[in-house]
Amino acid sequence: MTLNTPQKPVVLSIQDLSISYLAERGRVRAVTKASFDLHQGETVALIGESGCGKSTLVLGLMRQLPKNASIDSGSLLYTRRDGSRLNIRDLSKAGMRRFLWSECSMVFQGALNALNPVIRISGMIYDTAEAHGLGRREAKERALNLFSKVRLDPNRVFNAYPHELSGGMRQRVLLAMSLLLQPQVVIMDEPTTAVDILTQRSIIEVLKRLRDEFHFSIIFISHDLAVAAEIADTIATMYAGEIVEKGPVDEVFYRPRHAYTLGLLEAAPRLSAGAETLESIPGSPPDLIEPPAGCKFHARCRFMTDPCTITAPPLEYTDENHTAACYHRDQVLATRRKVLS
Amino acid sequence: MNAPSAAQTAAPLVSLRGIYRSFEKDRREIPVLQDINLDVYSDEIICLVGESGCGKTTTGKIAAGLLSPSRGELRFEGRLASEYRTRSERMALRRSLQIVHQDPFASLNPTHTIGQILSFPLRRHRMVENRAGLRRRVWELLTLVDLTPPGDIVNKYPHQLSGGQRQRVSIARALTVNPRLIVADEAVSMVDVSIRIGLLKMLHELRQRFHLSIVFITHDLALAKYFAWEGRIAVMYLGRIVEIGPTPAVIGHPAHPYTKALLAAVPEADPDITRRKKQMPLRSEDIPSLTAIPAGCSFHPRCPFFQPGVCDHTVPALLPAPQTGQLVACTPLAQSGTLKPYA
Repeated sequence: MTLNTPQKPVVLSIQDLSISYLAERGRVRAVTKASFDLHQGETVALIGESGCGKSTLVLGLMRQLPKNASIDSGSLLYTRRDGSRLNIRDLSKAGMRRFLWSECSMVFQGALNALNPVIRISGMIYDTAEAHGLGRREAKERALNLFSKVRLDPNRVFNAYPHELSGGMRQRVLLAMSLLLQPQVVIMDEPTTAVDILTQRSIIEVLKRLRDEFHFSIIFISHDLAVAAEIADTIATMYAGEIVEKGPVDEVFYRPRHAYTLGLLEAAPRLSAGAETLESIPGSPPDLIEPPAGCKFHARCRFMTDPCTITAPPLEYTDENHTAACYHRDQVLATRRKVLS
Repeated sequence: MNAPSAAQTAAPLVSLRGIYRSFEKDRREIPVLQDINLDVYSDEIICLVGESGCGKTTTGKIAAGLLSPSRGELRFEGRLASEYRTRSERMALRRSLQIVHQDPFASLNPTHTIGQILSFPLRRHRMVENRAGLRRRVWELLTLVDLTPPGDIVNKYPHQLSGGQRQRVSIARALTVNPRLIVADEAVSMVDVSIRIGLLKMLHELRQRFHLSIVFITHDLALAKYFAWEGRIAVMYLGRIVEIGPTPAVIGHPAHPYTKALLAAVPEADPDITRRKKQMPLRSEDIPSLTAIPAGCSFHPRCPFFQPGVCDHTVPALLPAPQTGQLVACTPLAQSGTLKPYA
């Protein structure tokens, strides 16, 4: 497990990213002024409830948003291995095609839907390789090598159709394929959600091994705090389209400073904890067409005071590397300390 | 059997004895359940856990009387289900056993209002005298599941509610007929983490208030531990119960190698603990197909404590584990009290 790596260079810098969807009732502000840096070799877990904007954020990053969505502002600065920089938003269609897979790839949720059912795995490998000017022989060699690294029988899987593979195997195929063109950044959308416990474990182990060997960076989307605790270096909590807290994994788990993160932690059962007192977060997320004034979490927050309803708290440093947007960060921290002691 | 957790002196409410169930697929018999014995006592919580295909949902459906076993018997309050013969007896049995499904999008009719959804069983089973009584009862049920004010909910359609609210409607619908047992099949898996706990707490309160038994089916061990801390957990593998006992014993001191492997594999929402967790490597990662269940203990091809000639020979019986006392189906453990790694 690598520790947080502030000294490593930044691969991807997301700055003030805002994305909205056009719906019948109006604009849905799905992501509002999200900023964070992804360092080389770092795993950032984006956590939050459904509808918090985490999937929209990464789709925006890959420029794969549906037609009714648009990036309203912000920049997505990417640094290539040779040090040259580009803004993903400025890429042409062709440029974007080259960028995907070779610089930044994605592992989708639900491995069943992400693989074409009528094409052999080998066909998908060759298609991808061809689109990026990689020779067939080289592509096959790389694929077989990657398949054995994710503990699959390389030749069998290479020639198989997706339906011949179990869910866990398909997920590992996707993991291997995402690394085919040696990207610097891999985005994973709930890669272990729909799988069984032992399958999840083998995917986590394989993922850790690949990460140690190839040093790629990961943006990991999850609503499962336990998986995030295990594989992330950095946690970013999203609520109602905003990143409300971000910090090293231990900081966020043991010393959270945002009331929403605290709420998530207090709702997560732990096997080792014996009889537990857990709490739900009351209420439900706000309407993102007409978001509430002030802190968007205030209506559900136990620490809410008048300022929370008027001005949104800024995302500020609470410690080195740890930022939070909450007026009551001291109370949040004290509450967590009391539970943990 | 199965040393009940609370002070259960009375006969079990629901009892499954020697249950086998198979399904036919491509003219082949697929044995989904084999020799399931399970007693559910009044007021009790039992969690069925295991991976997909282990038979937990089929067991739940049989316990709820929705599926008949291929072999074996289901008893309710000591009496065989098949002995409930008259129409009114069968209706009474039907009312006593209820199920809450996983997907509240699929289990509520999208063209009916919440009021209609709750009224139907109330009328069908003549739970109310007249229209005023019906209205009162619907209001009362919505209040019970914290969908308040009921007036705001009753005329809404399922699509106008959130997933959590819909699941509350499902629970309210199960409660319309004053059941004794509710089978909750992955009932909170599809709702967000932050509201899951609220639903579980509500189920707990309803259980205490109405003396319900709950069979809670889940693949999430941490959730099972939380919900059934005062009840029991049954771990299933390839159609059999491999370990069953009070939750603190099964989670704190797992005896069956499969339970140990599962518990070791679950990540924890605590960075220190999850990093330090010791994994238990299995001999094989592949779950055998239900059409070719290994002989003897069906876990033996994967078990790190496999003993040739023993484990692949006889199907282990559920026997009390040394020291901790939960029932466990593992022959080497029963013979020597300890497990030796397979060389």
